[in-house]
Amino acid sequence: MTALLEVEDLRITFPTRSGPAEVVRGVSFSLGRERLGIVGESGSGKSQTGRAILGLTPPPGRATAKRLSFDGRDLRQATAAEWRGLRGRRISMVMQDPKFSLNPVMTIGRQLMEAGRRSARNGSEARSKALAMLEAVQIRDPDRVFHAYPHELSGGMGQRAMIAMMLITEPDLLIADEPTSALDVTVQIEVLRILDRLVRERGMGLIFISHDLRLVSSFCDRVLVMYAGRVVEEVRAGALGEAKHPYTQGLFNCLPRIEDDKRPLPTLERDAAWAG
Amino acid sequence: MAMIDVENLSVTFGAKGARVRAVRGVSFAVARGESFGIVGESGSGKSTVLRALVGLAPVSGGQLALDGTPLVGRRPPEFYRRVQMVFQDPYASLHPRHTVDRVLSEPLAIHGFDDRETRIARALDDVGLGQGFRFRYPHQLSGGQRQRVAIARALILEPEVLLLDEPTSALDASIQAEVLNLLDRIRAERGLTYVLVSHDLAVVAHMCERLLVMQHGAAVEELTRDDLRRRAATQDYTRALLAASEGYRAAEEATP
Repeated sequence: MTALLEVEDLRITFPTRSGPAEVVRGVSFSLGRERLGIVGESGSGKSQTGRAILGLTPPPGRATAKRLSFDGRDLRQATAAEWRGLRGRRISMVMQDPKFSLNPVMTIGRQLMEAGRRSARNGSEARSKALAMLEAVQIRDPDRVFHAYPHELSGGMGQRAMIAMMLITEPDLLIADEPTSALDVTVQIEVLRILDRLVRERGMGLIFISHDLRLVSSFCDRVLVMYAGRVVEEVRAGALGEAKHPYTQGLFNCLPRIEDDKRPLPTLERDAAWAG
Repeated sequence: MAMIDVENLSVTFGAKGARVRAVRGVSFAVARGESFGIVGESGSGKSTVLRALVGLAPVSGGQLALDGTPLVGRRPPEFYRRVQMVFQDPYASLHPRHTVDRVLSEPLAIHGFDDRETRIARALDDVGLGQGFRFRYPHQLSGGQRQRVAIARALILEPEVLLLDEPTSALDASIQAEVLNLLDRIRAERGLTYVLVSHDLAVVAHMCERLLVMQHGAAVEELTRDDLRRRAATQDYTRALLAASEGYRAAEEATP
């Protein structure tokens, strides 16, 4: 099986007053049609890694890589036109907060139809596709949501509408950057279930970026743990207890648990060598 | 006598046309030196209960009391000497153009405390920051350090009750552990009474002996920490929260 996405030695630098700062330092991984988690704390470079795959490193930042290929195509030399053909159509991205990523003055339906316009032959087909997509993300009353503005929806509904929009073009790869962090825990599980089903039914690849180690390891097939711009460990999901790296162990152990009563909670002793 | 007594509390926002009943008949009592948790999802009214206690939300019904004294209308300064609050977002709750020193001096000036120098120095040591942070601005601090400053500000008046509104939900997991340990240690040392509000069942279970589950402004059920460990929840909603706190399980798909 050829990999859907291959990343080798990805580096992202931002110029600062005290010289260039490297925020991602040599990240390599390959992705098939599976669920890959990227976990790290704030500033670990996990979101920048996700953005770089779509060529969305914000200037003046620069992303370089020895290899960055999607479905056999080299993305490093992609022109603006080639990117337009990929973004949204073959690779989509879901951001953290639906409040900021939906257009507040357009109804959900119009936004969905705009996303799906290129793949539909006419208006009525685009409309029925949009409604079908809303149903696919478990929205019970697609007609109401179709005509609603983003402020009329709850956070969970908005995020589902966002996912529907990203999936209407049937992409091969979905990058989800903290897609459920702004949601309540019970809604979170529902949104994950939708993503899970889409990965299994459509054979989509999924990169799930999150700070929540417990959630990611219970959801993804494997997990990359990032620290200070590097991947310090790759863990098989469900095998977090066997993690080797002290950072992964520390991150896992410092979470309070309902079952046991560790007092004080173990804290994370950072070792300068991890960043090396 | 209970330190905090909440009887049938109701909070209603808005005028005639669009009324929102944010809290509907919630009652609980917290003993002196106890740590009490309120758990719920967004919109459950959990933060509004805390805000009603300190007089920041319009109470439309029920009684509140601190140590037997009824709380009605505007709170007197002595109230804030005894009860302090720590807010969720350390990025929003500190004035961006005030140094740590100024943030900590203000409550002392308002309440007419003397020997401010030593009190500020001690408050900074208590929260594990030290003197080096005294003249920094919030933008020079990390999220965890800011939350420590917010805790120092609450502690500097030597209150008896600390109301904590999601004190760690804006922080990374490793920093959360440090702040929770700090709060735990301070309570053990000073015998403080805590009311902690959180959406995270594990955090509340770690910090509190008893907790109240809220949904849509109403109380769902009250549990002890041991009930939670034994999964002895009687309400479906609490069970759903317990299941969600364990992460994602594909097996759940088969149930609905």
